[in-house]
Amino acid sequence: MANIEHTVSVPPAKYSIAHLKHQPRRHYGRWLAAALIILALAMIVKAFAQGQIAWPVVGQFFTAPAILAGLWNTILMTICAMALGLVLGVVFAIMIMSPNPVLKYVAVFYIWFFRGTPLLLQLLLWFNLALIFPTLGIPGLFEMRTVDFMTPFMATLLGLGINQGAYTAEVVRGGILSVDNGQIEAAKVIGMTRLTMLRRIVLPQAMRVIIPPVGNEVISMVKLTSVASVIQYAEILRNAQAVYYANNRVMELLIVSAIWYLAVVTILSIGQHLLEKHYSKSLGRRTGKRTEPAAAEGV
Amino acid sequence: MSAMVVAVDVNKYFGPFHALQNVSLEISHGEVLCIIGPSGSGKSTLLRCVNQLERIDSGAIWVDDELVGFRQEGNKLYELTDAEISRQRLASGMVFQRFNLFAHMTVLENIVEGPVIVQKRAKSSVIPEAMALLERVGLADKKDAYPSELSGGQQQRIAIARALAMQPKLMLFDEPTSALDPELVGDVLSVMRDLATSGMTMIVVTHELGFAREVAHRVVFMDRGRIVETGTPHDILSSPKEKRTQDFIAAVLS
Repeated sequence: MANIEHTVSVPPAKYSIAHLKHQPRRHYGRWLAAALIILALAMIVKAFAQGQIAWPVVGQFFTAPAILAGLWNTILMTICAMALGLVLGVVFAIMIMSPNPVLKYVAVFYIWFFRGTPLLLQLLLWFNLALIFPTLGIPGLFEMRTVDFMTPFMATLLGLGINQGAYTAEVVRGGILSVDNGQIEAAKVIGMTRLTMLRRIVLPQAMRVIIPPVGNEVISMVKLTSVASVIQYAEILRNAQAVYYANNRVMELLIVSAIWYLAVVTILSIGQHLLEKHYSKSLGRRTGKRTEPAAAEGV
Repeated sequence: MSAMVVAVDVNKYFGPFHALQNVSLEISHGEVLCIIGPSGSGKSTLLRCVNQLERIDSGAIWVDDELVGFRQEGNKLYELTDAEISRQRLASGMVFQRFNLFAHMTVLENIVEGPVIVQKRAKSSVIPEAMALLERVGLADKKDAYPSELSGGQQQRIAIARALAMQPKLMLFDEPTSALDPELVGDVLSVMRDLATSGMTMIVVTHELGFAREVAHRVVFMDRGRIVETGTPHDILSSPKEKRTQDFIAAVLS
């Protein structure tokens, strides 16, 4: 490398063009693609503008009491069902990793059953539980009629929450398995019991792996609550339907619902992004490389 | 002088593999014992049995006169509960080959975790002690760093400080320098040398024959799950009697 002069055999004149200005390549294909897409978009916008949508009606019902009440019920159910799903997910993830075969196989069965049947079917099962169990309770302690307990809210909560738990259990299990065994041994040798170790060492580290998929599932949950309209839970889509059965403004009310779903999901996506950033900040320093894809994958 | 660790006829199997075969050993208070031997000889397993990271299949181990992992009732030994095993582990501190610092905690948080969470001591009294330990291993300026921001040698010195923060009676070192770049080994060994000088009882599984020669009171050579030879560093490292020991020393030094 040092004696490069001796290896150069071409005359120096060939290198005299090095001062010329560089011209970037022109991307005609990109211009063409962009033009086609913009044309298509313009046609769609024109179609909607000329379509028989009464936009004032959309504006009028956007903040109607029935719609806002439905929106609140959607948000409330998302929070409650997700909370139930997370608690069940952690419990069943720990059970499935237990050395106790009874705990383990009960958890395996739970995940198998609730991931293996459609959510809609599960909601109908909960809602119609009174058909097979007219009363619920612990014999001798308390008892109540199933129809009084299994309101649309309870049936939806149990249906969505228990279903979510089965998915979250797998996510949490993956997160726990991602924690290096050396961390567990280090916790043991400073005298930690299993529960302390789980709380102080394993779960905080598993969070980095658990947060992105759970964030996605919260977003799915917002939309899944709409399925509960079939069992009369008064979430936003069901209330929108109730309104359009009365006034026949079907598309307008569906658009109102769609805008609200998009608004909620957009806010949640921003929250998810911030949460992931937080966890990759405190946990990700171990290996900068490993956190990058997880953070980029998000949303 | 009473014994800090006594192991009698310890056997350990991993499936069909007989990892420890009737191993008996005694370590006095304040003694520094180095265990050497080829990989797979059972030296790490023996160390891990002392603080119950591995469960022994037969035999018995005492640490500071307390039977480890079992309670004697009549002529049977009953296994202890997890909580009792966790309490017994407090007698010894352990340093791993791969450091195993808690990745989600800063250096200082790593050190105070055990005293505060496990021993339930007041944070206000633990933190000055932790800083003194960091001072002792020469890393006080790294207290707010995360493990991934440190070199292997620094992480291992923090790991030693973390173990010492629990005020153990005995320190176990499982190949503490084997995962380090050669230029970082010296700092870790010098911390261990200081610790030995301070009178800490230490069991060190190591490939650093120089360290064993200089610091150990006694050296044990293990091979294929058995203790082959025990003696002073000079006996084992310079004039070993057994053929297997001679071969091993020759291979390591070549």
